Amino acid sequence: MTQSRARALLLTPAGLWYAAMLLLPLAVVLIFSFGERSAIGGYAPGFTFEQYANLPARFAAFRNTLTLAPVGTLAALLIAYPLAYFLAVKVSPKWKTMLLVLVIVPFWTSILIRSYAWIFLLGGKGIPALLEVIGLDDVRLLNTPFAVLVGIVYGYLPLMVFPIYVALEKLDKRLLEAAADLGTPPWRAFLQITLPLSMPGVLTGSMLVFILLMGEFLIPAILGGGKVFFVGNALVDLFLQSRNWAFGSAVAVALVVVMLITVGIYTRLVKRFGASRDDVGLM
Amino acid sequence: MTDATTTHVPAPEAVAEFVGATKRFGDVLAADRIDLRIRRGEFLSFLGPSGCGKTTALRMLAGFESPTEGEVLIDGRDVSAVPAHKRPVNMVFQHYALFPHMTVAQNVGYGLRQRRPRLPKREIELKVAKALATVRLADFGPRRIWEMSGGQQQRVALARAIVNEPKILLLDEPMAALDAKLRGEMQRELLELQRSLGITFVLVTHDQEEALAMSDRICIMGKGRIAQVGTPQELYDRPRSRYVADFVGKANIVSGQITGRQGGLAQAVLGNGVKVVLRDEPGDDRTTTEIAVRPEALGLAARDSAVPAGTAVVPARVTHRTFLGDHTEYLLAADGLGQMQVNVPRQAERALGGHDVGALVHVLWPEGTGLVLAVDD
Ligand SMILES: Nc1ncnc2c1ncn2[C@@H]1O[C@H](COP(=O)(O)OP(=O)(O)O)[C@@H](O)[C@H]1O
Ligand SMILES: [Mg+2]
Repeated sequence: MTQSRARALLLTPAGLWYAAMLLLPLAVVLIFSFGERSAIGGYAPGFTFEQYANLPARFAAFRNTLTLAPVGTLAALLIAYPLAYFLAVKVSPKWKTMLLVLVIVPFWTSILIRSYAWIFLLGGKGIPALLEVIGLDDVRLLNTPFAVLVGIVYGYLPLMVFPIYVALEKLDKRLLEAAADLGTPPWRAFLQITLPLSMPGVLTGSMLVFILLMGEFLIPAILGGGKVFFVGNALVDLFLQSRNWAFGSAVAVALVVVMLITVGIYTRLVKRFGASRDDVGLM
Repeated sequence: MTDATTTHVPAPEAVAEFVGATKRFGDVLAADRIDLRIRRGEFLSFLGPSGCGKTTALRMLAGFESPTEGEVLIDGRDVSAVPAHKRPVNMVFQHYALFPHMTVAQNVGYGLRQRRPRLPKREIELKVAKALATVRLADFGPRRIWEMSGGQQQRVALARAIVNEPKILLLDEPMAALDAKLRGEMQRELLELQRSLGITFVLVTHDQEEALAMSDRICIMGKGRIAQVGTPQELYDRPRSRYVADFVGKANIVSGQITGRQGGLAQAVLGNGVKVVLRDEPGDDRTTTEIAVRPEALGLAARDSAVPAGTAVVPARVTHRTFLGDHTEYLLAADGLGQMQVNVPRQAERALGGHDVGALVHVLWPEGTGLVLAVDD
């Protein structure tokens, strides 16, 4: 069989899947976004830019998403990196598997249930009650951006930990000995060797978490109490509650565009940062 | 042992010294009371089979392991507490351990960039260029590591180490991953480099030919201990133990009763009653010893041919004959001694004729051939 035929055969299933499940719905959404809301809700055909002109009405949702998604990604990264480093470098092989399993254990229950647990923890009888004991009265945590941040970092942490762990795990320890041999104290070797060589894991994890956070709606709905909503919540509202499909579609298109732009900038930065051949990323 | 470490006087000509250096990994005794002086400017090899502690010894010099007992000295100073990054030695790692995210030039300049206070950029560039030229990679500076072949990577590793002008260059099986032809080439280059730089080289290898070809002195190791230290010739001509005799070249080992000794020679009766005269171990007074004799030191003759005066003969039967060009290797079943090997030079065989498998022959043992082994093991 020729190279090109083998390639075509390999790519056909994925190609068909993407055409049916990604491009087609996107096309539908794009068409809807130029239409209007029919009198009884849903979609009425048309060609107008009115929906896009209305986008500023959902400014808050975009603002929340575009601040909390990057901040959440960064917070997850700052927590995940030391943890992944500890698991990959410091833990003895005996404990490693068990600790790795512990990192995934939360995935065994639905994020819905775990987020409800956070309602209790952040609510009046939870952490604020503890804070009162040490004299900090009237601390409100639930239904704040902070609660949403805690929720998303908690929910997506394992997705950040694993790619970084894999990158650190496969890092050749002899490189650190070589660095020491050439006169580098350990902390500097971390900055010059470990950190750059674990970048593929950092980039993969960040991309993964960031993209998922941009579309998040469950955690803001539960822990934000309708006060801290994401674009995802706006979409749920527009499609399921107010049944304004045309406007909902315009919001969805805007989200896709924003996502493409941010991911594009990110990829550009990554390329400039260091084009090492064994960079594995989502790019 | 504590005595030795507290009263030890460093030798001025030694660039480094192991004094009763012992390293344990749990139950494993990787290095066992190593005492060794490494002379300034010499090419020293640690030779021994896999797992005998060569790398451990090297790593104690580099600072990656600290001795459980004893001391390691560099320039007369105990460095047991000095971390690797502060030691004036550099290492060429077994699999090179080049930094994959840096170019060839960045790899080579890495050590120079770690100096504090910082070296001027220009000076680093010049030194890197010089080091790359030394290993014949002058134009390869901007290349990526993965674009380099195995042999080239090895030279990058070499350049990365020598650019720092270390007091000692440590090499851990640097040629193990190269093919035979490249290895020979690299050995010559390494030797030239060592001569021109005047740096002390310490090489770890399990390849006796490599050690013999390159070293001023060889330290033969077995089971964490030093078996013998000496020049290649000394080790070949005067192995002190069966282990060394077997490891450097080939040797017939037989046991014998010493019946008299004088003037550096010993008379011995072999297990089968044959009387031989061999080189003695000075100061030895054992009566039962092991005797080593090299296959090329012995001769072969038909049973009916005349025997030169002073030459002992051992009756034997030829079991294998292997023609190897410049010499022929005979394996024999010797009466009362078991298997023996005799190598006959092509010249001699042409003059006197060969022997077929099954032929009954005499193994000729000239006077003064063979050696009393100093150590039983
Ligand atoms: N870090 C270590 N942990 C446990 N055992 C080790 C370690 N390093 C070496 N050893 C053991 O010490 C012995 C000597 O090893 P090494 O010095 O690497 O031998 P060589 O280099 O001669 O092959 C071996 O039995 C090896 O398994
Ligand atoms: Mg080794």
